[in-house]
Amino acid sequence: MSLLLAGWLPPQSRPTRGAGRLIQRNLLVYKRIWLVIIAGFCEPVFYLLGVGVGLGEFVGEVTTEGGVSLSYAAFVAPGLLAASAMNGAIIESTFPIFFKLHYNRTYDAVLSTPMRVADIAVGEILWSQLRAAIYACGFLVLMYIVGLTDTLWAVVAILGALLVGFTFSAAGFAAVTFMRTWHDFDMIQLVILPLFLFSGTFYPLSVYPSFLQPIMQISPLYHGTELLRAFTLGSFDWTLLAHAGVLVAVGLVGLAITSRRLGRTLLK
Amino acid sequence: MVESLVVGRGLSKKFGDFTAVDNIDFDIHPGEAFGFLGPNGAGKSSTMRMIGAVSPPTSGRLSVLGMDPSTEGIKIRGRLGVVPQEDNLDRELSVYENLLTHGRYFHMKRAEIDVRIVDLLEFVQLTERLDDRVDLLSGGMKRRLIIARGLINQPELVILDEPTTGLDPQARHVVWDRLYQLKRDGVTLIITTHYMDEAEQLCDRLVVMDRGRIVAEGSPRELIERYSTRDVLEMRFAADQHRHAMPIIEEVAERTEDLPDRLMIYTHNADEVSAELARRGVHPVSTLIRRSTLEDVFLRLTGRQLIE
Ligand SMILES: Nc1ncnc2c1ncn2[C@@H]1O[C@H](COP(=O)(O)OP(=O)(O)OP(=O)(O)O)[C@@H](O)[C@H]1O
Ligand SMILES: [Mg+2]
Repeated sequence: MSLLLAGWLPPQSRPTRGAGRLIQRNLLVYKRIWLVIIAGFCEPVFYLLGVGVGLGEFVGEVTTEGGVSLSYAAFVAPGLLAASAMNGAIIESTFPIFFKLHYNRTYDAVLSTPMRVADIAVGEILWSQLRAAIYACGFLVLMYIVGLTDTLWAVVAILGALLVGFTFSAAGFAAVTFMRTWHDFDMIQLVILPLFLFSGTFYPLSVYPSFLQPIMQISPLYHGTELLRAFTLGSFDWTLLAHAGVLVAVGLVGLAITSRRLGRTLLK
Repeated sequence: MVESLVVGRGLSKKFGDFTAVDNIDFDIHPGEAFGFLGPNGAGKSSTMRMIGAVSPPTSGRLSVLGMDPSTEGIKIRGRLGVVPQEDNLDRELSVYENLLTHGRYFHMKRAEIDVRIVDLLEFVQLTERLDDRVDLLSGGMKRRLIIARGLINQPELVILDEPTTGLDPQARHVVWDRLYQLKRDGVTLIITTHYMDEAEQLCDRLVVMDRGRIVAEGSPRELIERYSTRDVLEMRFAADQHRHAMPIIEEVAERTEDLPDRLMIYTHNADEVSAELARRGVHPVSTLIRRSTLEDVFLRLTGRQLIE
């Protein structure tokens, strides 16, 4: 996804093969510690089993904003799918990048070579997008097993999850460029948890009073949820373009902020 | 007239209001080993980073390998080797993987990198540590690995910012040997160091920086001739002797320096001076006669006081 978007960017922030080099570096690291990948994957799974299936028994049928009637588990699952993509992206684009930036000084070494700041920004964003995609795929397999999606739509949903992954990877990296100490990471939780709770994952936005709804719509995760819900239900309409547009826009802004601020931090 | 490989003219670097590098001029010729000396905070690393095309100059002109770092930084970096002052090895990777990824950043082919790694690890004597995590290396081994890493792309110009700090004497000599070898192969070296013996041994020419400015320039021998005398006598006196000896010494010496624990006497002929002093009744507790070194020059130019 970012590769497609990259064509629109100004030349100095366009990715080259350099982005791939950084991904290879990360692969070498994760070859050794691949188990940690699983940790962040579990949370949405627990929610699906606990809230979706468990609470779903109690709630019964729900009706979406589009007027479709479905089981509560089927309603929650795509929201959790979006959340798992967000989780994967945020986990990978915040803590590890902060470590590489300020402690491992990885990027200082990288920049003593023909690699460019944009290679770092794009490479890391692609990489955390990959982690988002891995989480999403795992989650989709689970949804398939418990009968909450069928194959065709699941494939489409992966594309949606990649987009959500791009948005939050870019936003996460951009946020890291503002962080100075480990304490700043508490702020991430402060943002992520409300996003998770108030983005239409567990109930439609229509349960809120109408004056609150525009505020809820600021959340990129809301747009991701709506997109993936439509994908997994196979119900398409023009509003999906708007949802996708918001995700793309937030991601691009994140990428632009990242390239700019990273350049200032590293090349001073 | 040799074409200069690196040229700085009126080069300055400011961090906010603070001027780290203040209007310096220098020319580095192909194949030479050029030193930047200076006390802590003199602006050596700031200059190295500008030459390495990772720090834009605030003002002045800089040309590296005939190119302008602000527009052709990527091309320059592709032909440079950099050994930074600070350890920035990738702690998440092994020795081999550090060299491999670095080679990949230069867009080298994997097979080519593998051949290079074998050579380089032998070069810095770390062959047995190939698969170790870099965390597990000692400080000196890390330093050697960083040097090896800086050479992965067979650079024609290598920037070494305090390459031997933290090395034991054996390792320092190993590094010196390697640097000589590079020089013999025609590689141009830019070196900063706090070891004056190192600068004297390695550098064909050097500049001494102080508070962002260049205060002297020349070959080690020229600098010694210009800023010091041929010989130095270091004398220690019993407390009461000192006051009596001082006026006589000042008469016969080119220059003296009265330190808390000893008196430094700079002269062009130590034997004559010590004979003359003995004749005139000056009897130090101990006398050490030696040749002037770059260290004498350095201390004269930059003072014995710590700045700040
Ligand atoms: N990124 C920066 N921001 C602000 N000040 C800086 C920065 N980098 C260096 N300085 C300041 O510039 C001055 C020169 O630093 P520099 O690292 O070039 O010195 P140096 O000659 O390499 O010293 P040392 O021998 O200690 O390595 C110092 O006062 C330092 O505090
Ligand atoms: Mg320094």
